[in-house]
Parts: sequence; C-alpha cells; structure tokens
Amino acid sequence: MAAAAELSLLEKSLGLSKGNKYSAQGERQTPVLQTNNGPSLTGLTTIAAHLVKQANKEYLLGSTAEEKAIVQQWLEYRVTQIDGHSSKNDIHTLLKDLNSYLEDKVYLTGYNFTLADILLYYGLHRFIVSIIVTGFFSVVFRMIFKTLS
Amino acid sequence: MRLFVSEGAPGCLPVLAAAGRARGRAELLISTVGPEDCVVPFLTRPKVPVLQLDSGNYLFSTSAICRYFFLLSGWEQDDLTNQWLEWEATELQPALSAALYYLVVQGKKGEDVLGSVRRALTYIDHSLSRQNCPFLAGETESLADIVLWGALYPLLQDPAYLPEELSALHSWFQTLSTQEPCQRAAETVLKQQGVLALRPYLQKQPQPSSPEGRAVTNEPEEEELATLSEEEIAMAVTAWENGLESLPPLRPQQNPVLPVTGERNVLITSALPYVNNVPHLGNIIGCVLSADVFARYSRLRQWNTLYLCGTDEYGTATETKAMEEGLTPQEICDKYHIIHADIYRWFNISFDTFGRTTTPQQTKITQDIFQRLLTRGFVLQDTVEQLRCERCARFLADRFVEGVCPFCGYEEARGDQCDKCGKLINAVELKKPQCKVCRSCPVVQSTHHLFLDLPKLEKRLEEWLGRTLPGSDWTPNARFITRSWLRDGLKPRCITRDLKWGTPVPLEGFEDKVFYVWFDATIGYLSITANYTDQWERWWKNPEQVDLYQFMAKDNVPFHGIVFPCSALGAEDNYTLVSHLIATEYLNYEDGKFSKSRGVGVFGDMAQDTGIPADIWRFYLLYIRPEGQDSAFSWTDLLLKNNSELLNNLGNFINRAGMFVSKFFGGYVPEMVLTPDDQRLLAHVTLELQRYHQLLEKVRIRDALRSILTISRHGNQYIQVNEPWKRIKGSEADRQRAGTVTGLAVNIAALLSVMLQPYMPTVSATIQAQLQLPPPACSILLTNFLCTLPAGHQIGTVSPLFQKLENDQIESLRQRFGGGQLEETFDLKAKTSPKPAVIETVTTAGPQQIQALMDEVTKQGNIVRELKAQKADKNQVAAEVAKLLDLKKQLAVAEGKPPEAPKGKKKK
Repeated sequence: MAAAAELSLLEKSLGLSKGNKYSAQGERQTPVLQTNNGPSLTGLTTIAAHLVKQANKEYLLGSTAEEKAIVQQWLEYRVTQIDGHSSKNDIHTLLKDLNSYLEDKVYLTGYNFTLADILLYYGLHRFIVSIIVTGFFSVVFRMIFKTLS
Repeated sequence: MRLFVSEGAPGCLPVLAAAGRARGRAELLISTVGPEDCVVPFLTRPKVPVLQLDSGNYLFSTSAICRYFFLLSGWEQDDLTNQWLEWEATELQPALSAALYYLVVQGKKGEDVLGSVRRALTYIDHSLSRQNCPFLAGETESLADIVLWGALYPLLQDPAYLPEELSALHSWFQTLSTQEPCQRAAETVLKQQGVLALRPYLQKQPQPSSPEGRAVTNEPEEEELATLSEEEIAMAVTAWENGLESLPPLRPQQNPVLPVTGERNVLITSALPYVNNVPHLGNIIGCVLSADVFARYSRLRQWNTLYLCGTDEYGTATETKAMEEGLTPQEICDKYHIIHADIYRWFNISFDTFGRTTTPQQTKITQDIFQRLLTRGFVLQDTVEQLRCERCARFLADRFVEGVCPFCGYEEARGDQCDKCGKLINAVELKKPQCKVCRSCPVVQSTHHLFLDLPKLEKRLEEWLGRTLPGSDWTPNARFITRSWLRDGLKPRCITRDLKWGTPVPLEGFEDKVFYVWFDATIGYLSITANYTDQWERWWKNPEQVDLYQFMAKDNVPFHGIVFPCSALGAEDNYTLVSHLIATEYLNYEDGKFSKSRGVGVFGDMAQDTGIPADIWRFYLLYIRPEGQDSAFSWTDLLLKNNSELLNNLGNFINRAGMFVSKFFGGYVPEMVLTPDDQRLLAHVTLELQRYHQLLEKVRIRDALRSILTISRHGNQYIQVNEPWKRIKGSEADRQRAGTVTGLAVNIAALLSVMLQPYMPTVSATIQAQLQLPPPACSILLTNFLCTLPAGHQIGTVSPLFQKLENDQIESLRQRFGGGQLEETFDLKAKTSPKPAVIETVTTAGPQQIQALMDEVTKQGNIVRELKAQKADKNQVAAEVAKLLDLKKQLAVAEGKPPEAPKGKKKK
C-alpha cells in the first residue's frame, strides 16, 4: 500500500473529513503533506502523528511517558524494520520477534490501542497476504484481528 | 530502570547525552554487556543500548530511549522534532552506519567515507541555514538536536569529516559539542580515542548495505516544488514588469583585460594540459571546459574576467616524444600546441589567452621567484640518489620509471605518483623499477639537487589556508587533499632535474640542470599572462583586488594548494594566491578508464569526427561533470540525455514557444495579461533562476545545469496545461489567454537562452537570433526574471535546435571508440617513429622479415656469448645484450606473440 493511500485510510478511520493530498519524495517515496499554516511535513509516522493530534485523539499516541516512548519506538520499527526489509529471512525473523513480543500483550503498549497498532497492521498487511499462512504467528494474527474489529 | 550499554556502541552517545540533559543519572543503573549479548528477550538479534523500565518493558530504540528521558522531564515533542527523528532513523542512520563502518572497520578514508553521508550532511546544513535558527526544530534545543548530535559526533569530531563549506552544520555541531552533558557523554563513550573507540562494537556488526551503493551515478536528485510566499510572488511580478529598463549598460570590452579598482576582478585559470598528448574527454571536462563555463558565467554577471590557459611544454616527456617522432623538442611543442589550440577552439572554449610555457617570460619569472626563495633561505642543496638508465644513458625522470608502488603494491605505479592510491612516490622507492622506454632496470646514482624547504614554509601556508578556506568555494576534495598533506607533514621537495628541455637553473654548479616541471609549471600562469600583457603584475601581485579561481582534476591539487602557494609565500612578493580551488573527480569511459595506449575512449581531436556538434558534447560532459564523485561517460546515456533532455524537454519547449508566436501572432509577441497562476509561474522561474546563480557562484556547474532543465520543464508543463493552440481558436477571452501563455513562454525561452550561454554558447546564440533578443539582454544575466521580449517585439525565423541521435549511429560510435582505434594509433606510431625499439608493437610482418629477424637474433646471440667468454668490458656486454633483447622483442612482435618480459623485472 502506498504511503499516501495508507494516510488517507488513517484520515478516514480518525474521522477527519477533509481529505489531504500527499506527494511522494525521493527513492523511498516518503510521503509529504503540505499543511496550510506552516511548512510541509515529511515522513509517514510524522504525518500520522500530526493527523492524530489534528483529530484530537492524542490518546492514540500514548498517555504516559512510558507509553508515548513505546508508541514512537514501534512507529520507528515500522518505517525502519518492516518497510526496510524484504528478504524472506528478514521477514521471518521480524514476525517471530513480534509474535514473541505480543505473547503476553493485547496491543503493542499492553492494553491500550494506539497509532502503533494501526501502522504496524498496515505495514504487516502486505506480508500476511503474500506469505503462506502458518499457525506459527497466531498472536500477530490476533493483534491484526483486534485491530480490524 | 537499567540501561544496558556495550563498549563502543554508537547509540550510547545520544542516550547518555539525553540522560544527562534531561535528568540526573542518579536512578539510572548502567550495565555493560558484550556487543553480541541478547538483552531483549523477544528480539532475535542483539541490540544495545537498551533501557529496561521498572515495569519490565524494554526500550530498544535509541531515539525512543532519548525521548523517554525527555518525556520524564516533561518535554513533549512537536511535529518538526518528530520529523527530524524519523529522518534520522530512515535516512541518516543507514548512511552514517555505512560511513562509520568504512572508516572504523575497513580503514577507508576521505571521500570513500564522506561520500555516503555527504547528502545527509548537506540536507542538515541546508535546513539549518534556510530556517535561520540555531537549532534543528527552532530557537531552542530539542530532542532532535541531541539525537542527531549523538549520531553524528563520532564522525564529525574529526574535522576532516566536517566539510567547512557546511557552515550552518558546523556552528550547530560546535554549539552542541560544547554543552556539558554532550561533552561528558562523548568522553564516556569515545574515551578520547576518537572514532576508533567504536571498533570493538562495530567490528562485530554485519557490514551495512550501502545506502548510496551506486558509486557512479549520473542521475539528478529529486526536484522539489518549493512553496511560495505572497511576497516572493509580488517581487517576481515587479521585476518582470520593469523589463529591459532594469538592465545595466553593457561593460565595454577591454583589450587587454586588466583589473579595475572597485569592480569584481575574476582571474580564472585552467590546469595547463601537458603538450605531448592529445587531451581526452576526461581532461577536457576536468579543467578547460569547467573553467570555460565559469568564465562565461562570470562575464554574464558583468564581472571583470580574465580566463587563461596554455600548454605545459617542458620536461622529459617532451624530450622523449621528440626522440620518438624524430623532431626537436621545440618542434614537438609547436606541433602539439596547435593541436591543443584547435581542439579547444572546436569546443568553443573562450580563453582570453591560450599561451605556452616555453617562453622567455617563463624563464624570467621562474628564475626571479627562485632567486627570492634562495636569498630568503628556502632552498636547500642535497645529493640525491636517482635512477639512471645505463642503456638510454640518462637520468630517468619520475614519469619514465615504472614499478611496484611501495605503499599499495600497485604494479604499474609511475615514478612520481601511484595512479591507484594517489600517493606521491620518490622514484628510487619504487620496487622493481623499469625504464619506461627500454624496459631495462635502471641503477641508482647520486647527483646534486636543489630542494624547496617546504617544512620551513609550512606555518605560513597554514596561516594562509586558515584565512582563505573559511567561506571560500574550495571543493571538498581540494580541502581534503590539502588538509591530509598538512596532516602528514610537509617534506622538502626536489625542484631540479638532470635534463636539457626546461627552465635553466641560475646557480653555479647547476648549469646542466633545469627546474622540475612541478616547480615551474604553475608559474606558467604568470608567464602566460605576462605574454598577454606587460601589466601582468596587476593580476598576479594584487591579492586584494583579484579573485583567483583555479580549475583542475584532483590529482593536481597538491601543486596548486601546497607547492605553488609555498613558493609564492616564500618569495614574499605579494603574489595573488588561489581563492577558490575547484577540483573535479575522475571521469571514466563506459565502465573503464580512458586509455591512449589501449585506444579506449574519445579524445579531443576525434570528438569532431563523430558528427555530433560541439555544444552537444559540452552539454553531456557538463551534465555528467564528476562533481563530488566520479562519473562515467556512456554512449547510451549520451543518446538518452540528448533525446530526452535536449530534444524533448529544452528544444521542444523553446521551439514551441517560438512557433506559437510565428504561427498564431504573425511573429509579434502578443499582449500578456498575467493571472495569479502566471504570477506563480514567474515566481517559480525566478526561484529556479536564483538557485542557478547560487549554484554557479559556488561553481557547482553540474547542479546549475539542472536548474535550466527544470525551468524548461515548468515551461512545457505550462504550455501543456494551458493549450494555447486550442484557445487561439476560441472566444476573445480564450484568444487573449493564448496570447498571455505564448508571450510568457517565449520570454522564458529568452531567459533560458541566456542561462544556457555558459553551457552551450552556439545553441544560445541560435536561440537569441531566432528570437531577435535585444543585445544587452543577450549578454547580461540578472538574478530576476525580466520581460525581455515585450508585447509587439518581432521575432525571427524559428527552427528546431537539436537533432535526434539514433541507436545505430551511437552503436557504431561505441564500436569505433571502445578500443576500436587501436590499429590506427599504432599505424601512426609506426609511421612517425624512426626507432622501432620504443614501439610497443608493429603491424604483423611477413615470413621473410621474420626469417631475417631470426637470423639477426642468432647472430647477436653469438656476439654476446663471445664477449662474455672474453670477459669483455661490462658496459660493452650490457649494450650488446640490450640489442639482443630488442631484436628478440621485435621478433616476438613480428610473430604475433606478446613481447617477452625481461626476466625478473616484471611480475604479473
């Protein structure tokens, strides 16, 4: 899913009415948002966090210092690890790590649903539909199922 | 909470700095683990630093840990900070880890390290200087500053990797580095060992995949459409409306050009090409063509400009060439000087003077500088061991010895410099030396020579560099090379040679010696100017009023950045020294190097035989100018760039704009009524024009060419969206709109013709003739986009500017130049050389000749055996052996076998 489409989807789920237009920049096709009252914003997680604030849903960025740091950590994980790797081996390791992390959790921060869950879901979506599904990653699927519902 | 760190893990720097910045370290327990210990239970791969929180959760991202410390202190992050952190993780980190790995683990240096991060560093610098704030996210320090500083510190703490021209980055980095928490973190992690402290950690890491793995690339960077403020638009509109009125009067042309007080006086030199060779495309782009673009640009700015160059004619290479061709050195110089001058004339190089170094002025000025150095005690005398070829009966100049490089082991190192590692070599240090002419092994003999006492001048040089470099436009490679010479410490350099063809040394006991070319070649600039005007000292002894730009390929930097400045500073005669040293990297040919001996590549005199106009060559060479990194000439790419950028983009736009005026408006520029959209276009064009100026002022020739193409792309888009060919058939309003669009477009074409002038002078003149651009507008380029073709202006006849290059045409050229001219070259040599011994090969001989040679070999073999048996004089034996070897070599060649390498002298 292209970043622009992903951000539009996020806008919808956040209940933002006015659709923004995004351009893409550079080799990695990093999304750029031109805001009305200021300089443009560049980067998927930066724009996503900006949209969350715009929709007055700051709780999606975490409520405590710990939660906030954890949300940002997984957002970074999304753009550096999930988007950065493409070999089968890397993906396998990545899904295994996530699976093991989520063993005792409902969401990435524990019990609260956050932006990190949304963007990780979007990011993992392409692997999940493109690789053979095994029972091994049950927990990741549980997370995805919850995110969807 | 507990922080897990590891010896030399780079992530520890920002984490410790953030911890120190945001809170005391009191509650923080620190544990040191091995670089391969898995601390985080759910991660397969080891990762440090890691923060284990009291809740049991782990933070394994360096930025997240830093962010957590900041959040604990109550500091939230805004969008801009988040953006910097995301950029750091996705763009900076991959580039930086590659650079650190090259530096620390692989021991690479210089551009090999800096190359991968340069783009990122420049991005930071531009962002800082654009928003004009001391910190990344504004007036005050933020998390972004700490995280980026921590990431960059290991690399940038070595000044060699903090390019001085990035001044905003420079001052930002200094500000942060002096803060107490940062200082403490740096001490803890780097332990005063510099970047090497990272080795224990980095060497356990897999090699990062290079983010800019494409070392050789000709692709432009992304174009970003800037946002415009109302003010910028209004200013662009005002400038446009002022039109031709705002052009200053044209400077009258002077002859000779001399500095004028109160004006900007620009003196431009291009490295003097060595006379005994035909320059190849790499030589041409490296100096004369690059300097020409800048000289033409400088004149467009109405700066008082003198551009000079000439052939470097003294030295052994000329003597040898003369021997080969059976001419005197002077005759060789005369012959090749003309060849060079013709080539540059064909390429439309706008020298004010193209001279030569074999003139009385050269002798006078060189001897004067030498005398001054001598009386001031900057010349030493010493005996040196020098290689002498007994067979050729002469001392061998450095470039006439080949052997194995003592530094890197490269097999074909020259006696003065190794082409592989670039280090300067003392010829006697070469392993397995060989005389390049006869391939025999030279002997070491001692002889008296003069030395320039560089160590004694080092301090003056450093002072001068300290004054000159900051704020100047020295290219990064020139800075780097100069700095690394100084870091290694200067040594006395020999400035005399046992030769005849050179500037005589005016000192008793040295009558049979001449100055070494690298002492006097750079003085050639002065003597060439002296031959141009007797008032040459007004250029060369006038540092206050003259801005000296010197263009060259990077191998020439030491002579212009170190040796000549030292001579000039030591001579104490108020010489004008280089203000901006502009060095290019290397241009490769297809996938290899240009090679005269292998006949690979396009040489200056052949370019005109290709049927491709000089301006197309100029365009392509400048488009791929090795600026910042090596680049490659490729025939396919030449075809592509000609057909896409010139034909479809630039040519198409300019032709359409002109055609609309002719076809729809009878050749007269129509009335223009600007809408807000048109005004935005004006502002965009203005912005791009200003970018062009900024880049060319910094001598970033290749990048500035992109601005021209960007403007013409804007123009094409503008025509495409507004469709004047449809509107012209519509209502009154539609027809007026068609007029505005056509008028604006043809004015953009006029602007492009001027911007193009430094790059493609002939095409530029053609466009200006087609549009009948008024004369002052042809020769002056302001920083604003003016309406130079007002309504009612009549244009001339418009015709297409460029021709399509076809695949089969290019394919046959590739065949011809990709080693195809081999026979031709050798034919030429065989014809002109009276001495077969120095020919590397001759055309295949008939059976009779082979038989005759075999007989001669047998005969000569007997002579040698007899002499040896008689225990004859050593020299006599050696001479006969040499004859025998020659004969054997000729025989081998005649039989079509590769010549046998002399035993024990060359190992393959």
